[in-house]
Amino acid sequence: MIVLETKNINKHFRNPIDFHVLKDITLSIDQGEFVSIMGKSGCGKSTLLYILSTMDTDYTGELHLAGKIVSGRPQKELAIIRNEHIGFVFQFHYLLPEFSVLDNVMLPARKLGKKSYKEIKQDAYDKLELLGIKEQADKKASMLSGGQKQRVSIARALINDPAIIMGDEPTGNLDSKNSENVFNIFKELSSQQNLSLLIVTHDKDFADKTDRIIEMEDGRIIS
Amino acid sequence: MTNYRVIFDITWTHLHTRLKQTSVAALGVTFGIGTFIIMMGFMTGLNGLLDGLVLDRTPHVHIYNEIKPTEVQPIQLDDAFVGDFNIIRNVKPKESLVRIHNALPLISELKKDKRVRGVTAQATARVFYVAGSIELNGIVNGIDVMDQVKLFNFGDYIIEGSGESLLKRTNGILLGAGVAKKMSLSVDDKINVSTPNGGVFPLKIVGIYQSGLAEVDNVQSYVNVKTAQQLLGEGSNYISDINVKLYDMGLAPEMAKELTKSFDLTAIDIQTANAQFETGTSIRNLITYAVSITLLIVAGFGIYNILNMLIYEKMNDIAILKATGFSGSDVKKIFVSQAIIIGFIGGLLGLILGFIGTVLIDHAPFETEAMPTIKTYPIDYNPLFYIVGITFAMISTFLAGYLPARKAEKIDPVEIIRGQ
Repeated sequence: MIVLETKNINKHFRNPIDFHVLKDITLSIDQGEFVSIMGKSGCGKSTLLYILSTMDTDYTGELHLAGKIVSGRPQKELAIIRNEHIGFVFQFHYLLPEFSVLDNVMLPARKLGKKSYKEIKQDAYDKLELLGIKEQADKKASMLSGGQKQRVSIARALINDPAIIMGDEPTGNLDSKNSENVFNIFKELSSQQNLSLLIVTHDKDFADKTDRIIEMEDGRIIS
Repeated sequence: MTNYRVIFDITWTHLHTRLKQTSVAALGVTFGIGTFIIMMGFMTGLNGLLDGLVLDRTPHVHIYNEIKPTEVQPIQLDDAFVGDFNIIRNVKPKESLVRIHNALPLISELKKDKRVRGVTAQATARVFYVAGSIELNGIVNGIDVMDQVKLFNFGDYIIEGSGESLLKRTNGILLGAGVAKKMSLSVDDKINVSTPNGGVFPLKIVGIYQSGLAEVDNVQSYVNVKTAQQLLGEGSNYISDINVKLYDMGLAPEMAKELTKSFDLTAIDIQTANAQFETGTSIRNLITYAVSITLLIVAGFGIYNILNMLIYEKMNDIAILKATGFSGSDVKKIFVSQAIIIGFIGGLLGLILGFIGTVLIDHAPFETEAMPTIKTYPIDYNPLFYIVGITFAMISTFLAGYLPARKAEKIDPVEIIRGQ
């Protein structure tokens, strides 16, 4: 089953001069597939990821997510789609520093509002346990180490049981031991929970271990 | 789809984790609203006091006989001279009685009028206060003291003795403070009063009257109507002035015109008699409102600034909220509700501060010659000020929060996430 699919996505940066950053991107990702995107700086891989994530809407072409067309929908609907179907992990951890770890993980589910507060809390504990940081649940997010924070943000990405997890260099800011950890978590999620993952990375070792590598150069997919 | 609990939790966490900034913003509102309440209470109280001074002295409609020339001269009535250019030189005032013709029926007629709150009748006599060989000019007003107390707060101006004692003694007098001082007289002393007809009447001082205007206090005294009529050697239907108090002061000019026309008397309304009265009040109100609104606007700018800074600090948070599925309007709600909470708490504290401030002023000593019974500053505790205050606090903080919040709504998360 195809989770994410694009047809002929093109994007231009118009400021300061017209620059054709993405050229006819067509790709698809199956359920349970662990895909990495590689390429040099400036080849457009992050730009592509933000289009796929629905946060960037300034492009032409079609984007399908979980069987539905996403392109051209209003921002408000896109926010709901992101909330429900997409989990994010960034290079920097982006937790809300004043909230506890548990609150951070719970926020997207509380926004979705499909479960009661109690159920969400239980879910959040489960996700934190899955990532081995349950004992940090009541700490403030700002008190954790970098590796722990990244695991919290993975737990947050998982809270709404999304169709796909997207990561923009999620290990880019971590040491090798923590990188290894994060990779193993992703691998487990993909193989055991049949979750799709799309990770932009610079790290050749990381990419080599994924199911498929999409390589980009000058705004095109080359392999 | 908005889950308000989540929005509120985020709002609340933002507020209480930066208590210092929140408090500073709220304090701005508190001082703004507090000062508004104090200013309004104090200024309106003072206005009320000053208006009271005028209203206690000036009836809404004053009816008397004015000495003036006849407006229509006989020549104008003669058909033979119609169309001619008639000039009459040296027109003299018509001889007329000081007393109001048929005063008693007129009074009972006025009392029946629905617009009228009360009517007092006066008989004024010109006299001399006699002290040995010295005679001081004076005016003795015969009044119904109870009516005067009820309608014109007469009791407030009696600094010694009491108005009621006038009722017990037919020959009692409430002596003007200036006269009393000049003649070294006090309550229970006797004073001789001589009238233009040559009679000398001994009167007993039952109280001292002080209006605060030296001109008045040096001349004017009060007795019962009957006593005044006796001084004048007139009967009980001798009334020289009728003072009318209405329920609605605004009707006075209309009523004065009516009375002048139907009774052939001079009736003067308060607006004509005291033109500066309303001007002063409205200008003082204008100043009060202008200053208060300026204060509140300054408080609003404070909130605007603090929220603006907060939003810059919270760029990352905003980006992550948007990335995880919060819409722009959710983010806007978070910041607008922060502003509203700051406005509400600050405003409420402001009302309390304002109340305490006005109570303190209310107890601060304030002595004035003009109002002998006033011992502290006047304060108006009108609940309307509190309603206006909190409403304005909410509106101004909402606006101050809305502008930065709209900026947060429009922040592009991609720009911030990629910018790192």
